[in-house]
Amino acid sequence: MNKILLGKIVHYLLLLIGALSFLYPFIWMVSATLKPENEIANLSLIPSHITFDSYRAVFDKIPIVRSFLNSLFVSSAITASVLVFSSMVGYAMTFLSFRGKNLIFYIMLFTMMIPFQITLIPTYILIVKLGLADSYLALILPFMVSAFGIFLFKQYFSSIPRDLIDAARIDGSSEVMILFRVIWPNAFPALVTVGIITFLTTWNEVLWPLIVIREQSMMTMPQMVTLFAIGGSAESQQGVILASAMLLAIPVIIIYIFFQRYFIESMASSGVKG
Amino acid sequence: MSSPYLIFFLIFSVYPILFSLTLVFHRWNIISPMKFVGLENISYLIHDPLFWKSITNTFYFLLIHIPLQVVLALVLANALNRKMRGMTFFRASFFLPVVISGVVVTILWKSLYSTETGLLNNLLIQLGLFKIPWLTSVHWAMPSIAIMATWKNVGLYTVFFLAGLQGIPRHLYDAAELDGASAFQQFIHITVPILNPVVLMVVILSTINGFNLFIEPYVTTGGGPVNSTLSVVLYIYRQAFSFYKMGYAATLGFSLAMIIFIVTLIQKRVLEKDM
Repeated sequence: MNKILLGKIVHYLLLLIGALSFLYPFIWMVSATLKPENEIANLSLIPSHITFDSYRAVFDKIPIVRSFLNSLFVSSAITASVLVFSSMVGYAMTFLSFRGKNLIFYIMLFTMMIPFQITLIPTYILIVKLGLADSYLALILPFMVSAFGIFLFKQYFSSIPRDLIDAARIDGSSEVMILFRVIWPNAFPALVTVGIITFLTTWNEVLWPLIVIREQSMMTMPQMVTLFAIGGSAESQQGVILASAMLLAIPVIIIYIFFQRYFIESMASSGVKG
Repeated sequence: MSSPYLIFFLIFSVYPILFSLTLVFHRWNIISPMKFVGLENISYLIHDPLFWKSITNTFYFLLIHIPLQVVLALVLANALNRKMRGMTFFRASFFLPVVISGVVVTILWKSLYSTETGLLNNLLIQLGLFKIPWLTSVHWAMPSIAIMATWKNVGLYTVFFLAGLQGIPRHLYDAAELDGASAFQQFIHITVPILNPVVLMVVILSTINGFNLFIEPYVTTGGGPVNSTLSVVLYIYRQAFSFYKMGYAATLGFSLAMIIFIVTLIQKRVLEKDM
């Protein structure tokens, strides 16, 4: 009995060391942003006095609020678009029969395998030629439909009984109405999975904005924080740079605390299936 | 209802691929007209030391990153695979760096790695050891980035392994125990073979991740010191958007895609035959 208890304690101790190695750096970061600049190097987590100077400096130096709103708008627009269009295609692939359906399926497989390194430059040129550089459309347009989303929806829709659709068709519903009134309410897990993954990847995307956005007022939040951290305007003050990173992390951390189960399960399932 | 996808596919997949292929045979800086140069870009690439440097840098990164990632994820997944209280908390804390933006993680680790004021070196000094020039030495910079990338991603792979572990039927272990197999033997002969497909997936995803390394060197080292952390994507980014060599950048992109394809194919062959 004692041996089992001891085993349990050791096990918890190991888990705790694991958890701390992931959490401690974040805790240290919070503390560093609240310390006076000259105390950041100290090992102690507790500052001699709490100061918001670092945060104040971020707000003074860069339009971080504007970039937050840009990111929020762009990520929401992409997520909404992916949910609507990908579920539409997923629906068509599952419940409709039409010519070229298999062809579309193979095309999709193919798109998912093209690495972005090939499309990056031509897409950038396309955006420039369309006169869309430095616009929201430049950030949104290339990500409006996702083959990955279509796959997940198709997979999930296959488990929805056909009778449901046949009944709705007899009632005279159009296919679009069936999708949004009948299928969507029955596909909550798929919507959550695609929604979380799309939002998170677009929120965190930084290479694409760095390429198509040069105008400061149009920059996304990760882009602005990146340029702030490597550029001169932070005057290499660690506390200020860390504070800008903290501001970028806070929205995701807050959402994650409440919905961590959905985040983990969504990403785990997408990886296993994709 | 598939038409949105077809239109999207034509504009954002077919057109870019064809255009990219055209660019491989041209010299173009966007402003002046495109000039056909035949195989010049390709022959330049073959003799470009920086391209090969970025490729070997990536392999160096993968050499550290993949084993570290697989071993740590397996250990953490095993630790989580118990019916004990608090597992949700531990799982959530391992996973936290996965959801946080790479920009945040990179800025945070750049501070931790700072030679004079960083937390890690302060800790080493406290322990009576010496300072490590994490990001400023040619030898340490890439391993430092590999450690950071592992810290960021390992939670995701832990969850993959955990799902795999939970799918292993209990009776296999019971039978092995009856036959007198030790816990370690059970792990090697039951757990590892069954998890082999997950290992393959983790290896392939980490490899693709490694070849796509961009923000980590961009923020921490800018590719230095002496190009020791120059990644392929960072090199493409520079060729295209600092020097406006669109033709050459497209050639780099194509070559990188082919290298990724070949490497993952080899990994698949080796790992599937292995067990």
